[in-house]
Amino acid sequence: MEYKAHIRVRNLSVSYGTEQALKDVTVDLPEKKITAIIGPSGCGKTTLLKSFNRLIDAVDGIKVQGEVYLNGDNIYGPGIDVTHLRQKMGLLSQRPYPLPMSIYDNVAYGPRIHGIRKRRRLKEIVEHYLRESSLWDEVKDRLHTPASSLSVGQQQRLCLARGLAVEPEIILGDEPTSALDPTASQRIEEKFLQLKAKYTIVVVTHILRQAIRLADYVVFMYLGQLIEHGPARKVFENPQEELTRGYIKGVIV
Amino acid sequence: MKLRTVEEKLFQLLMIAATILIVTSLVVILVTVLVKGLPALRLSMITQIPKGGFYLGKEGGILNAILGSFYLAGGATILAILISLPIVIYFNVYASKGSVFVNLCRFSLDVLWGVPSIVFGAFGFTIMLFFGLRASLLGGIIAVALLILPVMSRAMDEVVKMVPRDLLNASYSLGATRLETSVKVVVRQALPGILTAVLIAFGRGIGDAASVIFTAGFTDAIPTSLMRPAATLPLAIFFQLGTPFPEVQERAYASALVLTIMILVISIVSRILTRSFTKHVIK
Repeated sequence: MEYKAHIRVRNLSVSYGTEQALKDVTVDLPEKKITAIIGPSGCGKTTLLKSFNRLIDAVDGIKVQGEVYLNGDNIYGPGIDVTHLRQKMGLLSQRPYPLPMSIYDNVAYGPRIHGIRKRRRLKEIVEHYLRESSLWDEVKDRLHTPASSLSVGQQQRLCLARGLAVEPEIILGDEPTSALDPTASQRIEEKFLQLKAKYTIVVVTHILRQAIRLADYVVFMYLGQLIEHGPARKVFENPQEELTRGYIKGVIV
Repeated sequence: MKLRTVEEKLFQLLMIAATILIVTSLVVILVTVLVKGLPALRLSMITQIPKGGFYLGKEGGILNAILGSFYLAGGATILAILISLPIVIYFNVYASKGSVFVNLCRFSLDVLWGVPSIVFGAFGFTIMLFFGLRASLLGGIIAVALLILPVMSRAMDEVVKMVPRDLLNASYSLGATRLETSVKVVVRQALPGILTAVLIAFGRGIGDAASVIFTAGFTDAIPTSLMRPAATLPLAIFFQLGTPFPEVQERAYASALVLTIMILVISIVSRILTRSFTKHVIK
């Protein structure tokens, strides 16, 4: 099966101070597929993910070498508008962080800062993306109550709706189900499987079974290095590297 | 009993004692002001300006000082907010963590916090002389704003510091700029604490006499212009207490009561007003 690459990472190295978090990573992530980045904790999974939307810029003492191409443009090149770049990627973090405002305003936040002012249009957008993240029926009668009143699972779906509302091309998930109960996790996973028809999805996960359930493509990292990557089937059923085999069997934790 | 249990009990006792000490101090002060001030409090005190011989025990009120204090502390608080918010946003959103410059600024603010208010008054007065200003409402506002700036900005700083980094990241990853994130997310999230900081600063500003003695001056008239002198309650209390007449001294307590009530009312009203804004805070 041939993949069309959406994100191309070329010789990416990232270090915090003296600690090197990513060592010379080169990989292509396929478009409109779910890519799972797996590996033991501290292997650089999250760093790799956050390098895609340049959230790592804010970390002190960070040094980035190499290139990440999105649609052919190097996002670390000169003249890149970071806010524009981030708009193209929705992020789901480990714990949902709704913004300190109402449910409605959470979803409308992104569209508003990108210049949509008409109430009618905003209302349509909010409803559309709340439906898209299957939250609408649960919240349609209390859109103006605080987002913090939702359950954690609902908050994570709200964060998904909020991310989708800026019309990204890519959804980044940083262990997006780690704070959720099994039912809520399942709903997020189902959502991902539906959404990959329209979006490229990249998920960091330490749950191997989740990766097996979701992934079309797998990237295995170990101690900041890319060990193996390829179609999920191939990596899970017939890993080429000793380390990958060990991790999948549960020897390396 | 085990030593650890004794320790635990001992510290509990100490904490209860400390709580009692603080609450009693507040109650004793309030009761003293009430008992001594209430009998001398007349409606005329808060509706009239001093008439001739007010400080000798004759007719009149302290409306000049009530309004003067209100304008002065209000103006200074607004001015201090306008300076504090950008400082705090810079410290916590724009500057990199562990920045030497920011730490130096924080240290300077802490030192300024400890500078006696008379020094701010004298400093303000020197600056006013330099610009050829006379004692005026404006001069007082600037001196008090300088006085309360360290309190306000450091108190705000401590709460804005608590805003989770991931909350900022959530806003950034939607394509928001740092300014949008600061105004729409950080300030909202920290609003209860910011409000407390503002109230603490306002309380310190309205209750301070030394910083305004040279800079705002004193007058029996209600301030009508920024360039005219303005009376303040703490100075009014000071002058009244300083007279040898018992009935005027009693009025000082009535004035103190007015000042206390003003601070209380403003605290409560602003808490209620901002409640609707703070319900969205993420815990």
